[in-house]
Amino acid sequence: MFLSYLKIAWKVLLRRKFFTFISLFGISFTLMMLVVLYALFDDAVGPARPELRADRLLFINRMILRGPQSQSASSVGYDFLNRYVRTLRTPEKVAVSERGSVNITLYVGEQVVKVDRCYTDGNYWAVLDFDFVAGRPYNLAEVRDAARVLVLNETVARRSFGSAAAAVGQRVQLEGQPYQVLGVVRDVPTSRELTYAECWLPVTTTTADLRDPGFMGDYQAIVLARRTADVPAIQAEYQQVLARLPIPDPGQYQEIKSYARTLLAHYMASHNNAAGQDGDAASFWRQWVGLGLLFMLLPAINLVNINVSRTLERAAEIGVRKAFGATGGMLIRQFLLENVLLTLLGGLLGLGLAALVLHLLNESHFIPYAHLGVNGRVFGVGLLLALLFGLLSGVYPAYKMSKLPANQALKGGIAL
Amino acid sequence: MTNLFTSATDSFQSQPATAPATGAGRAVLQLTGIEKVYQTRTIETVALNHVNLTINQGEFVSVMGPSGCGKSTLLSIMGLLDEPTSGTLELDGRPVQSYSDKELARLRNHKIGFVFQSYHLINDLSVLDNVELPLLYRSGVGGRQRRQRAYAALEKVGLGARTGHFPSQLSGGQRQRVAIARALAGEPEIILADEPTGNLDSVMGEEIMDLLLTLNREQGTTIVMVTHDEQQALKTQRLIRFFDGSQVS
Repeated sequence: MFLSYLKIAWKVLLRRKFFTFISLFGISFTLMMLVVLYALFDDAVGPARPELRADRLLFINRMILRGPQSQSASSVGYDFLNRYVRTLRTPEKVAVSERGSVNITLYVGEQVVKVDRCYTDGNYWAVLDFDFVAGRPYNLAEVRDAARVLVLNETVARRSFGSAAAAVGQRVQLEGQPYQVLGVVRDVPTSRELTYAECWLPVTTTTADLRDPGFMGDYQAIVLARRTADVPAIQAEYQQVLARLPIPDPGQYQEIKSYARTLLAHYMASHNNAAGQDGDAASFWRQWVGLGLLFMLLPAINLVNINVSRTLERAAEIGVRKAFGATGGMLIRQFLLENVLLTLLGGLLGLGLAALVLHLLNESHFIPYAHLGVNGRVFGVGLLLALLFGLLSGVYPAYKMSKLPANQALKGGIAL
Repeated sequence: MTNLFTSATDSFQSQPATAPATGAGRAVLQLTGIEKVYQTRTIETVALNHVNLTINQGEFVSVMGPSGCGKSTLLSIMGLLDEPTSGTLELDGRPVQSYSDKELARLRNHKIGFVFQSYHLINDLSVLDNVELPLLYRSGVGGRQRRQRAYAALEKVGLGARTGHFPSQLSGGQRQRVAIARALAGEPEIILADEPTGNLDSVMGEEIMDLLLTLNREQGTTIVMVTHDEQQALKTQRLIRFFDGSQVS
């Protein structure tokens, strides 16, 4: 039966090429837009290097002090993270790094190279999954000893030394001090805002005071859970620690708000100070899924109209099928399958177009170091959207067609 | 109700159409006081007026009458494609009014085959695929069996060599043969033919008529045929005439 439906579906697509073209254009363009948006989203929060184990990672990078009259929000202090987050019992490992990157100047011989810097501890390389193309990361001992070493990204290494391999062992000048290049990692796109940098240095080489006891500062903790199931326990443990802390400046503030958030929750909460631990996920998804559906609605209505207007064309076929024993449900399945086939075809075209747009985005360097593309997740979401689109635009026409009275359809004598 | 329906179907399946017409005389279709009224805001049209009619197993009955006298409506009601406004239709002794749409679809699939004046073949499907159609909606019939039965039906109508053709590649007579093969493929007890020769020239019309007569004679298939052709009607066992929705003879 399925094969017969497929045969008919294919023939119907070929029967009215102009209608098919219009339908496919609408579907593929809509899906292309949605797939590109999802690819951008996936590029920022999907499990990819260096946040390959995103399901086991938690980020503590925001502290809010609230009082009746005032509120203060900032990244977290190094000393705070050292004392209260490194000592958490549930995580496997805790890394501390500068929150966000700072543009600095490196001197490579006579060459002046502007790079985005990030100070990190030694655990950083074990908690995250950077892809070293040459050399190695700095270790715990080198961080403890404030060794003047650094890691560069591939683009800066190539630009400065010709190749990644050639960069390893070379010396550069930073703030009047010589640093040795220990390793080169594959570029991290700027969309990975919590791990992006072009140059990584041991945190102990900073001139800032790491012993400042203030809760706020310029740092973040990246917490690696032993397994995904431990994530809620770590979040709970962190909240317990916070609850025991004395509130700094109690005359001004009454509560401390800080969360250990997943990458996705961080992303969702990034512009929302009121967001809770999950980044106010429900509201985020409501808005985005709603927008996505709204975006699909217009071409879906167009397809519904085209399908309904083609009902007459299929009237005699519907009559014959009913006469020979097709139930309403069977006809609905047939017409839905036909529509889903059309939308899947549109989906594949949309994915192809999206791949092209993403390639052009990469080439344009609109997002520095982005390697946007149609990976497995993006492909899956694209097909899922096409399926959803097919069902959305197919159910009503299929229902209408299935309800067509067989005797009237046959009496109409409409040629098939 | 479902049990009744199941047993009706089973009784049909245990009596294949290829068997000789044993038990001739058993009423397969019984229409009692059938009325069909089409009503619009301003006009009420009586298509069938208190029709009482019995079709016995193995009979070949022709229905004649002027255009608009209710012949096709009668066939639609007999074929469970339309409901009467009042009256009772019994199929194999069981009233069908109480059946659900799904059960009626199963009854049509198992017991009734249709042949239409304008063939109503699906042009996008090959001859073989068209003939498979009734079996497509029958549970328990696999693809291979479907093809075998469709092929056998095409052999019966002399089109075994045209299985891969498409309807547009066939003559009118050949298309109607395919339509008859499609009606036969499900091995129905009853064939309802609505002016099966109406679109054909006299030679092809004769061919189709001979085919239907052979089916009735050799396989015992009950046939009800609407026709405008008196000569063909006279070849059948019984001729019923309609006028203005009423049976006049």
